[in-house]
Amino acid sequence: MTHLESLESQSIYILREAYREFKELVMLWSIGKDSTVLLWLARKAFFGHVPLPLLHIDTHYKVPEMISYRNKLALEWGLDLLVGENHAAICAGQTFPDGAVDRITCCRHLKSEALKHTLSGSWPHRRLDHGSGIFKEDTQRISYTGVIVGVRADEEGSRSKERYFSPRDRQNDWNVDDQPPELWNYYNTDFAPGTHLRIHPLLDWTELDIWEYIEKESIPIIPLYFANAENKRYRSLGCYPCTKTVDSNARSVREIINELKSGKFAKVAERAGRAQDQEDGGGLETLRREGYM
Amino acid sequence: MEKESLKVVIVGHVDHGKSTILGRLLADTGSLPEGKLAQVQESCRRNARPFEYAFLLDALKNEQSQGITIDTARCFFKTAKRRYIMMDAPGHIEFLKNMVTGAATADAALLVIDAHEGIQENSKRHGYLLAMLGVPQVAVVINKFDLSGYDRFVYEQIVKEYSAFLQRLGVKASCYIPASGRHGENIVELSRNTPWYSGPTVLSQLETFTKRGSSEKKPFRMPVQDIYKFTAQGDERRIVAGTIAGGSIAVGDSVVFLPSGKESVVKTFEGFPASPESRVSAPCPLGVTLSTQIYVRPGEIMCRKDEASFPQVADRLHVNLFWLGRAPMVKRKRYKLKIGQARIPVELVELRSVIDATELGTPQNKEQLDRHDIAECVLETTRPIAFDLLKDCEASGRFVLVDEFQIAGGGVILGAVSEGRSALQERIRKREVSWEGGLVSAPERVLRNRHRGKFVLLTGVDLPRIRELARQFERKLFTLHLNAYYLAPASLSQPEQLTNDELFEREEQLAHLGSTARILTDAGLIVVTPLSGLDEHEIAKLRLLNTPYELLTVSLDEELLSGGAADLLLSPKWDIEEMLAAMMAILNRQNVIPDYCI
Repeated sequence: MTHLESLESQSIYILREAYREFKELVMLWSIGKDSTVLLWLARKAFFGHVPLPLLHIDTHYKVPEMISYRNKLALEWGLDLLVGENHAAICAGQTFPDGAVDRITCCRHLKSEALKHTLSGSWPHRRLDHGSGIFKEDTQRISYTGVIVGVRADEEGSRSKERYFSPRDRQNDWNVDDQPPELWNYYNTDFAPGTHLRIHPLLDWTELDIWEYIEKESIPIIPLYFANAENKRYRSLGCYPCTKTVDSNARSVREIINELKSGKFAKVAERAGRAQDQEDGGGLETLRREGYM
Repeated sequence: MEKESLKVVIVGHVDHGKSTILGRLLADTGSLPEGKLAQVQESCRRNARPFEYAFLLDALKNEQSQGITIDTARCFFKTAKRRYIMMDAPGHIEFLKNMVTGAATADAALLVIDAHEGIQENSKRHGYLLAMLGVPQVAVVINKFDLSGYDRFVYEQIVKEYSAFLQRLGVKASCYIPASGRHGENIVELSRNTPWYSGPTVLSQLETFTKRGSSEKKPFRMPVQDIYKFTAQGDERRIVAGTIAGGSIAVGDSVVFLPSGKESVVKTFEGFPASPESRVSAPCPLGVTLSTQIYVRPGEIMCRKDEASFPQVADRLHVNLFWLGRAPMVKRKRYKLKIGQARIPVELVELRSVIDATELGTPQNKEQLDRHDIAECVLETTRPIAFDLLKDCEASGRFVLVDEFQIAGGGVILGAVSEGRSALQERIRKREVSWEGGLVSAPERVLRNRHRGKFVLLTGVDLPRIRELARQFERKLFTLHLNAYYLAPASLSQPEQLTNDELFEREEQLAHLGSTARILTDAGLIVVTPLSGLDEHEIAKLRLLNTPYELLTVSLDEELLSGGAADLLLSPKWDIEEMLAAMMAILNRQNVIPDYCI
C-alpha cells in the first residue's frame, strides 16, 4: 500500500465512523483544495454519494471565482449545500479593511461567529435548491453534534495538537490541555449533551500529499491555485483583503507539485500569505480556541 | 513516486529532553519550513529568551510558559529514504493519555532517558505501555550525555538496568544511543566525545526501523463498519462496508458473519469512481454486496468460510488493560466496550491482579482500577462478541473502554472465560431465591383464568407492521375472555443513566422488559410485545430474565430470525387473520390456551 493509499484509507475510515456515530453531522467546505479533497474522499467512502450536508461560511469577501466554482460543483455532484453568514456584521460594516476593526476581529465576526451560530442553529442559513438552482432560506435548523473539518497537522502549530475526533464544549471551546486519548483506530465518538465534536479526517496529510492526491485522482480543483497571465497564483485561499497571491508560474497540478518538492516553496510555510496569522504571535491559535477552523 | 512514511513516537520522563532531540533532528536534517524557524526565533527575541530547539515543537503559547509538552505534537521530515511523522509525546504523568495516543499507532518509538537523572518512574511506565500498545521497535536514547561528561560507565549502567527491565516485558531495544540533543551529539552526526560508541546515531537508527508488518498473510477479517443503502439517492445497492483488517478476499467467496453466524456469498465489490479488481487485501477499505438478503449488523466480523481460522465468540473475556479515566473503573457499572467495529455495554466482574507499572508485579488487593493502573481482569459484555487473539488480528484483538463519553482505558484480549456464572445469571438467581410470593398459587391462577401466562414476543424488520399485529392479537385474546396485555417497550420508563447511546438504551430496555414480563406472566397474563430487530442473543437474554416462565417468539421476517430460531415463523403471504390463527394454534399446542378458543 502506498503512502497516499494509506492516507486515503484512514480518511475514509474516519468519514464512515463519523457517519455511523453522528445523526447531526455536517461537513465544512471552504472551496479550497483541502476540503475539496475531503469532499472527494466522502464520495469514495459512500460509494459515489455525499449523504450529509456541506456548510460554507460566506464572508462576502471571498474571491468571486470561489462562489461560482462552489455552485457549479454543488449542482453537478448533487451536494446538499448550506450557506451561513454573519449578516449583522456584514450589514453594519464591522469588517476589515472597510470597517474600524482589525484583521483578527474581522475573522472573528465573519468566520468564527457565523460558524458557531450556524452550527448551533441559532442563526438562519440558506440551502441550495437543486430544482431551481438557487439558494433559499432553510426552515430546518439543526444543532450539529459532529462537524467534519479538513484541517491538517502540518499547517501551523496549533493544528498539530488536534485529535482526529476532537471534543468542543458548550462554549465551543477547545481544551487543548485535556483531550481524551485516541487509541489505535478507536476514536472518541461519544459526547455529553450540549457538546459537539470536530472531526479531522485529513490530519495526517501534508500540503504535498493533497496535491499528489489531486493529481492521482484527477479531482477538479478551483483554477485560482494555478498561475495566471501575470504569473501569480493563490497557494492558500481565503478572503481577498487578507490573502495574497504568490509569484509562481505553476500552471498545472504537476507544476505545483514540482514547485513544492524542489522549487521556491519547498521551505516556505503554506499560510505565509495569510496576514491574520502574523497579527499577534499566536493570532490563529487565539482564533482556533474560539472556533476558527 | 511516493515514498513510504514511518510513524515514530518520542517518549520518556518529563524534562529528559524529547522535544530538544526532535527539534535538533529537524534543524540538522534541514527539514524546517522557513516560516516556522523564523516564527519561533522571533518569539524568543520578543520574550528575551535564548532560542532552544525544544521551542520548535512547543508550538503553542501556553505550552512554552509551562515548559512541558502537553499533547502529541506531530511534525514531519524527510530523508532520501522516506518520510517521517514524528510525534512528540508528553513525559508528564498527568498526560499519559496523550503519550498512549501518540504511541498506539507508531511504527517505532524513541525512548529518552536523561543520563544525568537516570531511569525515572515514567521511563519504566512508558516502557510498559509501549509493550502493551504493541509498538514493534524501540530505540533508547540516553540524552544529556554532555552533563555526564560522556562517561562510558554511566552509559553502561543505564543500558544494563534498563535492558533488564525491558526483558521482563518481552521487549528488546534495537539500540542504546548516548546523545546530547542540545549539542547535537550522535543525533545526526557521530560524536567525537564518545569514541567508545560504535552504534548508530538517532537518525541512522530511524533509517533502520521498518514499517509495521503487513497483515495480508493473516486470516481474512473485515469488521463491518456500516451497511449502506442510499435509497433516497436512487441507489438500490445494499453495501456492507468496512476496512479489511487482515487477509484477502475475492468476489464469489463464501463468507460468514460472527457472532451471528449468518452466511452468504460475496456478489460484487463496490467502489467509487471505479470498483476494485477481483481480489483485495488488508488494509484496504471495502464495500461488498451479498448474493442473499441477510440481516447483518454493524460490528459483526466478516470472515471467509474456506479458512480454518475463525474469531472466538464469548461474553466473558480475560483481558489485560490500562486505565486512564479520571474516575476509577469499578464493578457493577456499565462501560462501553469498542472492539473491532462492535460497541457493547460491558462490566468489570473480576480483578485478577493490578500491576504497578513502575515496580512490575507488585500485587495489590484492589477492588477497583485507579488512574494509570494496569491490570489483568475479567470483563463481561451484555451479549457475546466476536474477537481474535492479537497474533491473528490486531483490530479485533484490542479494545478500548468508554466512560463518561470519553475513552478511558484500553487493552488486549487474552482469551474467553468459560467457567463460572455470568453476572446476569447471578443476578437472576439471587432475584428468584428472594422472590416473595403471596397466598395464591400458580395452579390456582390457571384454574381461575382457564389459561396459563405467557410472554409472546413479536419481531420483524418493520415495526409498524409487528405493532399492528401485536395489538390485533391482544384484541383477539381479550375477545375470547383470555387475560391478555399489550406491553410496548415505549411504555417502560426511560433509562436512568444519562446517555445518548442507542446501544445502552436497547440493553436497558431489554432488561426492563424482561423483568416486567416476569411479573406479568407470574400474574397469569398473556403478555404481547412487539420488538423490532430482535436476534437470538436478545431472545436468550429475555428468556433468562423471564425465568421461570417461558417465552414464545414469533418472527415476521425470515432473514431476521429464521424458523429455527423463532418458535413460529409467519409467512409474508398470509393476511392478518391467517397470522392470528397461526399464533392461536401454537399457544394451544403449548397448552397455554384451551381448545375451545381455536
